[in-house]
Amino acid sequence: MDFATIIQIADSALRLATPLLLACLAGLFSERAGIFDIGLEGKILASAFFSAAVAASTGSVWLGLIAGVASSLAFSGVHGVASITFQGNQLISGVALNFLASGITILIGTAWFSLGGRTPSLSGGQRFSPVDLPFADAVANVPVLGPIYSDLLSGHTILVYVALLMVPLSWFVLYRTRFGLRLRAVGENPAAVDTAGVSVIRLRYASMAIAGVLCGLAGVYLATGLAAGFVKEMSAGRGFIALAALIFARWRPWNALYATLLFGLLEAIANRYQNIDLGAFVLPVQFMQALPYILTVIILAGFGGTAVAPKAGGQPYVKER
Amino acid sequence: MTLMKSCLGAAATMALSAGAALADPAIIFDLGGKFDKSFNEAGHNGAQKWAEETGKDYLEIEIQSEAQREQALRRFAETGANPVITLGFAMSAPLDEIAPDYPDTTFVTNDGWSDAPNVLNTVFSEHEGSYLAGIVAAMASESDVLGFIGGMDIPLIRKFGCGYAQGVLATKPEAKVISNMTGTTPTAWNDPVKGGELTKAQISQGADVIYAAAGGTGLGVLQTAADEGILSVGVDSNQNHLHPGKVLTSMVKRVDVSVYDAMMKGEDLEPGVRVMDLAHDGVALAMDEHNADLITDEMKAAVEEATAKIIAGEITVHDYTSDDSCPVIDF
Repeated sequence: MDFATIIQIADSALRLATPLLLACLAGLFSERAGIFDIGLEGKILASAFFSAAVAASTGSVWLGLIAGVASSLAFSGVHGVASITFQGNQLISGVALNFLASGITILIGTAWFSLGGRTPSLSGGQRFSPVDLPFADAVANVPVLGPIYSDLLSGHTILVYVALLMVPLSWFVLYRTRFGLRLRAVGENPAAVDTAGVSVIRLRYASMAIAGVLCGLAGVYLATGLAAGFVKEMSAGRGFIALAALIFARWRPWNALYATLLFGLLEAIANRYQNIDLGAFVLPVQFMQALPYILTVIILAGFGGTAVAPKAGGQPYVKER
Repeated sequence: MTLMKSCLGAAATMALSAGAALADPAIIFDLGGKFDKSFNEAGHNGAQKWAEETGKDYLEIEIQSEAQREQALRRFAETGANPVITLGFAMSAPLDEIAPDYPDTTFVTNDGWSDAPNVLNTVFSEHEGSYLAGIVAAMASESDVLGFIGGMDIPLIRKFGCGYAQGVLATKPEAKVISNMTGTTPTAWNDPVKGGELTKAQISQGADVIYAAAGGTGLGVLQTAADEGILSVGVDSNQNHLHPGKVLTSMVKRVDVSVYDAMMKGEDLEPGVRVMDLAHDGVALAMDEHNADLITDEMKAAVEEATAKIIAGEITVHDYTSDDSCPVIDF
């Protein structure tokens, strides 16, 4: 395997990790505030559809972005109303949203475009095009670092850089601001936060809103960055892989980056090599595809340190009367 | 009382005539959906053509989940639809289950296979069509590295890949064929993002013509190939128009012909086996104004020659599903 191949695989891993990273951070904010979010998948799907549909109809990817994020926010809102205001079961609400997204995207898509749930293919200004970082051409010939900068880091769509920036931003918000401290506290012991005179309900809704925006970006990136248009069920389980990555990352922003990059890398390797010949035996591609889940189960089983979920996760907060 | 009798009689007559009118053909689209620009859409086109020519109606359903297969078959058979046309390999097992319960209804498979006595099994020779696609792809390639991207890893898709590789290697023995499957679950048919990534991975390995047999995932393959400036080969329906000048050709399965003929025969349709191979125009390469500039006269001549030889039996294209192995490529 030469250096150029490694760069290409890393490049592919970065692209594949981006939607996972955004969804993983969305789950992070939501679960840190004590709300399980099984509905990541549905939000990604809804956002992917509405971004592609609006971009195809208006010709502007930015309007598509707004529509995608808005639809994801709406789904988040429903999840919030069901699980915060009405104190319903968060898992059931999330599962219901997944089904809703899977059905409604096809229903609206068929009525809108008569393409059986697909949107028309996007082209030109209807998609996010790659952004070349400054001096990418100039340093391309510098050994080692040149290709890393100009081939690996440069030439992605803007959403990839947004996703990467979200990692330090999330870390800062969660660990260096008063809002972040309260958000984390709400996920551990909401009663204490309430006693301190801070609204648990408002904090949880805020976390749902943040999760909605991040998930929306993931869907927008899928439909208008990576692909060119919406195809039914195109999220293809990425919301669930993001949940696995969240557990793998032990609910921490920087770990989320590493976990999703690892999962992206595994997928990129599986894409590149159908079977890996290790000399003694051949590693089938299915093993590579299953590896993220195997790793998650290992982490959950308590190997390599404990994975402690936020304590109040999944419990609706009831103010004592 | 007499009034009552005549009313009942009229109602019974109406019910009978309604029953007779309902002997319309029915078509069941598979999970890919009616407008997948691929396999199911070809079936839809055939049904539409029949409806326009005869002015009659047909029943249809796009199933949304695995569980609906048997339900849809049973419902159409109960309403008296005849024949009931199914699309996709996944209808095989449900047909084994349902078809014996409705001996007066003729069921039609496209890609599937059922041993029930009232089923017409339509078998396409995808390996022969893919062989022709391989010839054209090899002649168009400059790097002599050719890609194949399959959807779900099932023997049927390997049949496409195997025929393609044989066509490539028959034309350019020194060429290299890279093959990738999108996945092992039905989501592999609808993952254009992964299709695009697989395409990029194959391009970085030198591929400059990529053949996609992957349903909705294939749309991602064709899109990425067009973005990156290489050629692609579409499948099932004519996909040349999706990216004019970028799609070299499409390996068309004449599902439309199969559906059209079955509907034309209606209740007189005989069960059995229908082989849609090159000799019966069951598979073909799509040539139209969108790829006219890409197809040279040499390519046309080579395809015509190979077609004639395959029909005459001088060239035998190995069928992967006959012995679950491919002599020229590992999957």
